[in-house]
Amino acid sequence: MSEPSDRLKKDLTRHFKERVIEAVLFLAAFVSVFTTTAIVYILVSESWVFFQHVPLTDFLFDTQWTPLFDDAHYGIMVLLSGTITSSAVAVLVAIPLGTLIAIYLSEFAPFSVREVAKPFLELLGGIPTIIYGYFALLFLTPLLQKIYPDLPGFNLLSAGIVMGIMIIPYVASLSEDAMRAVPMALREGSYATGATRLQTALRVVVPSAISGIASAYILGISRAVGETMILAVAGGMQPNLTFNPAQPGATITSFIVQVALGDLPHGSIGYQTIFAAGLMLMLLTLVFNLIGFYMRKKYREAY
Amino acid sequence: MNSITNEAPLKAEARNLSFYYGNFQALKNINMPIYEKKVTSLIGPSGCGKSTYLRCFNRMHDLYPGNRYEGAIDFHPDHTDLLSKKVDPIEVRMRISMVFQKPNPFPKSIYENVAYGLRVRGESARSVIDDKVEAALRGAALWGEVKDRLKELGANLSGGQQQRLCIARALATDPELMLFDEPTSALDPIATASIEELISELKEKVTILIVTHNMQQAARISDYTAYMYIGEMVEFGVTDQIFIKPKRKETEDYITGRFG
Ligand SMILES: Nc1ncnc2c1ncn2[C@@H]1O[C@H](COP(=O)(O)OP(=O)(O)O)[C@@H](O)[C@H]1O
Ligand SMILES: [Mg+2]
Repeated sequence: MSEPSDRLKKDLTRHFKERVIEAVLFLAAFVSVFTTTAIVYILVSESWVFFQHVPLTDFLFDTQWTPLFDDAHYGIMVLLSGTITSSAVAVLVAIPLGTLIAIYLSEFAPFSVREVAKPFLELLGGIPTIIYGYFALLFLTPLLQKIYPDLPGFNLLSAGIVMGIMIIPYVASLSEDAMRAVPMALREGSYATGATRLQTALRVVVPSAISGIASAYILGISRAVGETMILAVAGGMQPNLTFNPAQPGATITSFIVQVALGDLPHGSIGYQTIFAAGLMLMLLTLVFNLIGFYMRKKYREAY
Repeated sequence: MNSITNEAPLKAEARNLSFYYGNFQALKNINMPIYEKKVTSLIGPSGCGKSTYLRCFNRMHDLYPGNRYEGAIDFHPDHTDLLSKKVDPIEVRMRISMVFQKPNPFPKSIYENVAYGLRVRGESARSVIDDKVEAALRGAALWGEVKDRLKELGANLSGGQQQRLCIARALATDPELMLFDEPTSALDPIATASIEELISELKEKVTILIVTHNMQQAARISDYTAYMYIGEMVEFGVTDQIFIKPKRKETEDYITGRFG
């Protein structure tokens, strides 16, 4: 075969550039996969050390969490109850309000209102959580104490409510996106039967967007479960096995902060607890992500 | 169809109807009768305003800002102008139902799709809804195919079945006038034939106004035909007359394919 003509010959510079770009992209992907794997590896291996000293049954069923005391107990239920209680309060605030806001913005608000409200919501989502924490501690708790004089200065209730306010923008914004993606043809079909705006929103648009709305809820719940600062500031950091939000309590995350801040010497078994607690937290969020994944799959072809 | 005379009672009548999308005038001074329990077709090239005209009857344009009607659509037996500001579009849609170009079943079961209009009207008696759903599905020639799978999603049906489901939905509320906007344009010839047959049966009970992109279809199913061009009603008449000896040159050109 003869040499290819100059115009058809392989362009070596271009070839080289393509390879470099490919390598850079691969590296970027590799770094993120690698860090995730490394985090999981460290969590699991350090937890392994922890579970050499503390039996799994104690970890799961003990009703005290006192890794700092001489008589140490490691019952994760204590921290889990704080996480569950504060998250439940947050979800009870965020889901109804977030859904209402989404329905209003998607189905009722005039164009001009939506143009202003959407960026405002996103701004709200960008406020550092430490500020929410102090808002709970210094504003909401005193306010609630006017109604409930017995409410302690640190409590899961006001932390949970403020956490709910914090995740409203996520729930509202993502639910609104899901509702706006519902084809106009479905709304028209509903109006054409004589339905009102509200009937159309509740009976057609929301059910059509249910998979997106459900993912928004799951994301909101994951945020609540993983939230740290608000609870560290306003929740009290006192391990307390209770599902009563009107009490102080520590959550998995706030405990990790406490230990990481240096109450315990590195390498001690108390210190190892944060890895076991972290693993627990990761499993919890993994469960929610799996639920979200399943929901999206199940309802994917709603329209 | 030659037996039709213009003495058939009126169901509705457009009088000097104009319509604007913002500043753009999409309909120009349309005058046209709609006769009771007859099928009236709207034909004309794409973009001439057929859908726009159809959607005036159920006030669909009210859903979007910037739209404006002028003139009137008299509705009988009420002798009321459907476009009047004092008329509630929701009440209008309670009596005038619509079937769209693309089947648009809700993400609900077959049963709930048909029951939708009844539920929206506050009907909650199970037995009433059961009866009306069955009657509507029979009316839409779908009952036999779906009676054992009423709980399945409407979206699981074939395209032609979905469109018949949408017809059943539009039928369940006992409308007086049904609007069809190119209901067969997304369907295969067999599904199209079944829907055409259905429309011919429906006119026993209800007045039908249908947009069609297909002239043979208009000739097959309609009693009256209107030819529209760039927002104007060029010619309206008994279907046979329009297709055999149109009065206007433009109509003839369009029908014989010499158009454009
Ligand atoms: N929502 C709208 N806004 C502005 N112009 C529109 C809108 N819908 C349709 N039109 C215009 O109005 C004219 C008539 O459209 P349409 O009624 O859909 O025609 P047809 O159904 O006969 O194909 C076209 O010129 C179209 O571009
Ligand atoms: Mg059209």
